[in-house]
Amino acid sequence: MRALDQRLLRRAKPVRLLLAADAALGVAASVLVLVQATLLAAIVADAFSGASLGDVLPKLELLALTFAGRAVLAWAFEIGGRRAASSVLSELRLALVDRRLHDQPSALDGAEAGEVAASAVQGVEALESYFARYLPQLVLAVTVPLAVLLWVGTIDPVSAGLMLLTLPLVPVFMWLIGRYTQERTREHWQALRLLSTHFLDVVRGLPTLRAFNRGEAQTAAISAVSERYRRTTMATLRVGFLSGTVLELAATLGVALVAVTVGVRLADGDLGLQAGLTVLVLAPELYLPLRQLAAQFHASADGLAVAERMFSLLDGPAVVPRGGRLIAPTPAEAPVRLEDVSFAYPGRAPLVLNHFDLELVPGETVALVGPSGSGKTTVAKLLLRFADPTTGCISVGGVDLTECRPELWRQRIGWVPQHPTLFHGTVADNIRLGDARASEQRVHDAAVLAGADRFIEKLPVGYQTIVGDGGRPLSAGERRRIAVARAFVRDAQLVILDEPTADLDRRSAEVIAEAVERLRIGRTVLLIAHRPELAERADRVVAIGEGGTAVAWSDGL
Amino acid sequence: MTTTLRRLLALAEVPRARIAFAVTLGTLTVVFGIGLMATAGYLISRAAERPAVLSLTVAIVGVRFFGLARPLARYLERLTSHDVAFRALTRARVRVYRRLERLAPPQLDSERRGDLLTRLVSDVDSLQNLHLRGLAPPLVALCAGTAAVAATAVVLPEAALVLAVGLLLGGVVVPATSVALARRASRRRAGARGELASELVESLAGSEELAAFGQESDRLRRLRAADRRLVRISRRAALADGTGDGLRLLVVGATLVGVLAASVSAHANGGLNRVLIAMLALLALASFEAVQPLPEALRELGATLAAGRRILDLTDREPSICDPALPLTAPTPPFTVALENVRVRYAPRERPALDGFSMRLEPGRRVVLLGPSGAGKSTVVNLLLRFIDPERGYVTIDGRDIRSFRQADVRRLIAVAAQDAYVFSASIGENVRLGRPDASDAEVEQALRSARIWGWVASLPHGLDTLVGEQGRELSGGQRQRIVLARALLVEAPVLVLDEPTAHLDPPTAARLIEDVFAAAGDRAVLLITHRDEGLDLADELVVLRDDAPV
Repeated sequence: MRALDQRLLRRAKPVRLLLAADAALGVAASVLVLVQATLLAAIVADAFSGASLGDVLPKLELLALTFAGRAVLAWAFEIGGRRAASSVLSELRLALVDRRLHDQPSALDGAEAGEVAASAVQGVEALESYFARYLPQLVLAVTVPLAVLLWVGTIDPVSAGLMLLTLPLVPVFMWLIGRYTQERTREHWQALRLLSTHFLDVVRGLPTLRAFNRGEAQTAAISAVSERYRRTTMATLRVGFLSGTVLELAATLGVALVAVTVGVRLADGDLGLQAGLTVLVLAPELYLPLRQLAAQFHASADGLAVAERMFSLLDGPAVVPRGGRLIAPTPAEAPVRLEDVSFAYPGRAPLVLNHFDLELVPGETVALVGPSGSGKTTVAKLLLRFADPTTGCISVGGVDLTECRPELWRQRIGWVPQHPTLFHGTVADNIRLGDARASEQRVHDAAVLAGADRFIEKLPVGYQTIVGDGGRPLSAGERRRIAVARAFVRDAQLVILDEPTADLDRRSAEVIAEAVERLRIGRTVLLIAHRPELAERADRVVAIGEGGTAVAWSDGL
Repeated sequence: MTTTLRRLLALAEVPRARIAFAVTLGTLTVVFGIGLMATAGYLISRAAERPAVLSLTVAIVGVRFFGLARPLARYLERLTSHDVAFRALTRARVRVYRRLERLAPPQLDSERRGDLLTRLVSDVDSLQNLHLRGLAPPLVALCAGTAAVAATAVVLPEAALVLAVGLLLGGVVVPATSVALARRASRRRAGARGELASELVESLAGSEELAAFGQESDRLRRLRAADRRLVRISRRAALADGTGDGLRLLVVGATLVGVLAASVSAHANGGLNRVLIAMLALLALASFEAVQPLPEALRELGATLAAGRRILDLTDREPSICDPALPLTAPTPPFTVALENVRVRYAPRERPALDGFSMRLEPGRRVVLLGPSGAGKSTVVNLLLRFIDPERGYVTIDGRDIRSFRQADVRRLIAVAAQDAYVFSASIGENVRLGRPDASDAEVEQALRSARIWGWVASLPHGLDTLVGEQGRELSGGQRQRIVLARALLVEAPVLVLDEPTAHLDPPTAARLIEDVFAAAGDRAVLLITHRDEGLDLADELVVLRDDAPV
């Protein structure tokens, strides 16, 4: 955790600025605390010896000014922290997307992306707490006790000594809080999360529960599970809250101890009233910042968790190195070869592809068939250079793909994924993903060739219909037809189609199959399929077996 | 706002005594803190008059007592209020679940998004803050504040007036101002955030396609623009949000100065003993602890109320399907289930999902229902389970309207292996046993055998006890579908409905599976819903759903 702290602090210039500002504000705030205590004590002492309101008025005015100063400082702490938080998170967000797009395009599924995006946007609140509350408090926890001790030392060394005696306990308590509270409350949060996961599971499965007449029976289960967690969590909290209590006890007893000793010494005439009062007013200030720091601990933990999540996503080696010097030959003229290619996902043992060979001769259509999980999609992703083979080599006209610049290579490829993404925008924009400069006419022609034109024309505003997140939902078949239109508009030399008819009803599948017939004219096509109908139309069929090894093709697959 | 609050408090009901106990302990914590400082102030002032040390005993004991009692009260208060929070959460979950359970699945499904339920669950979670952070702090502030003002009033009424005004400002005006400012800022922020979040989701989820089509730089440019908008708005919001803390300190300072001024002039006029000046000042200073948590509490309460309104929106829906007042007894097999010329709409004015459709399921017969997606196949399932009623036509069981039976009886007669059936985060065995918790291991094994997945289950190290992960994440599509099938087979209902049981299987396996299930079903009526070829040759009857949707 400490290492992460430092990483976060090192991360950005706004943070370094903030730290410098916080340090300055912290010193100023400490001074104001001393001034405030001294003024308060002086006013009371003056009145004690008979001063009138007029006599103490200047001091009262100063006291009011001191509070105004503290108000301004509090405001500055908050604003500085919030600004730093939003700058840091903004920087992390952009770094994250940059990294995904350039270095690891193929790593997240939709659900994960949603979760990451949520923490990258909503996480700002947790980080704000960290920067605007925890960090200032951390500064104050150092500056204020130090200032109080020094000041009390100059007016009453005995009290300063007493405070010093209780103070060494504080690091011990901080350690206690760091270890104990953190572990215990983590259990608490974990229990809460488990409970809510259980509840979510039941609520999501409600239709199924009702279909099997088990709806009512679950009421008892929810209640029983919650009750059980309440009991175990309360048991851990009984211990978990102890550390906070001990810290508070040290603070109140410290104040009581100072008050009683000062009182007795006043009675003995060893000390003046103003000095005694100053010490008393300052005594709680010694412990207050430390206690508040403990209270902000959760905020800091949440903020750090967000940062940790972002850092973990930013970490790890690039899957596809940027750069590369060569420009790959065009697949329209040169054959694409996979030679002895094996692939395993980083950090996961089993090979997805095992010594796999494949050749795509210019102009031919090759069907790649095999059971699900045999690595067909991995072949597509390797060809697109979303990852590079663990061993073996992919080459175009004898040039190793890893030597080539990925973005230039991808320009030659049209890709129809099994689950195409529709981006928020018009249908036309989505087809233009294949070629941003395509004219309206070309977009329209591509849609016609992809068999998408008929359903697009039936949409309320045709090609201008907004689709994607928040837009009009399209069926799986319609999405695929848009993806095929992208491939047409791109006019790529090599087209990769990943299960273009899977899970479609017969009519939608036929429309796609006809579009594929038009697409293969004059292009090299890799057609991934696990159903035989499509494969039958290919020039050649390559079969891939369980475990990613090439196997002989048989009609009985 | 108050009705929502009252209804939510009723929803997450906790015995009043527990809440009162938590509030009392919270008040004591604050009062002991005030007591500590006030007694210490008195002790020091009195000591300055150099009396005999013995005469200070009471004050000394007081200081020590408050010093010890305050942490103890705080500890007990934290335990009690967390216990209250847990109890509230349990109660809220059970009640919300009961309300949801009465609704027909299509009513919950209308939003069609898993997000709805995910949000519901986190909304329910947030109800734990209702007492702990929403209700308790204002009550504690009221009690402790009143105590502080009362104590001051006994000594010096003018000072009490100043303190009362200060506490009201600090406890009501400052929190209200800062919440109002924050709300305006956060409303503007929410829009910018939502925009950025959806851009981010798209960029991350669609990263493969963006890279494949060379859109990286374009995308980053768009994101940076959305990001800059958000950062700008956030900065403006921070200016407003920071004012809360500052205002509070100003109020504390003004109050302290006022109390001091009142005490000094009262003393000068002979109306106040000088040993009480320090006490009044320190009492005033310490009593602001009572109102300090209020801005946060108010913000929290606002968020909890918003969550609560979303919950109530959902739980207030009236169930669309009800049991008859005088239900008929469920028929015993053999009987026929029929749909007669039904028309179904999910929402008024919407295109009917089914119109003029008829079908008969007879004992021992195998009916295959064919049709493209969107033609109303899942609506047929909803009708048979009585998750929805037809707008015209009838669903009959043994010749009687399905509406004359109890829903539970209907669902005992008809077992469905739905395509979107839910797999719970539990073991394979528990998932299969869902409809018949008392089934023996041998029966579960037989059901899994008929679903052609026993071989795989038996090969797992933990067999039936293997956990399937959240929403069955550890299962492949085919495994999941077959476990759902085994679950339906185990119930041994007289009518068996199979919704796309072979979607993820290769053709030979699919054909064998259908053959096995048809054979295992014996005298039962079976409805197979599919858009594939397997099983067509084994069917006694083919029903084709027409698709009106444009292609």
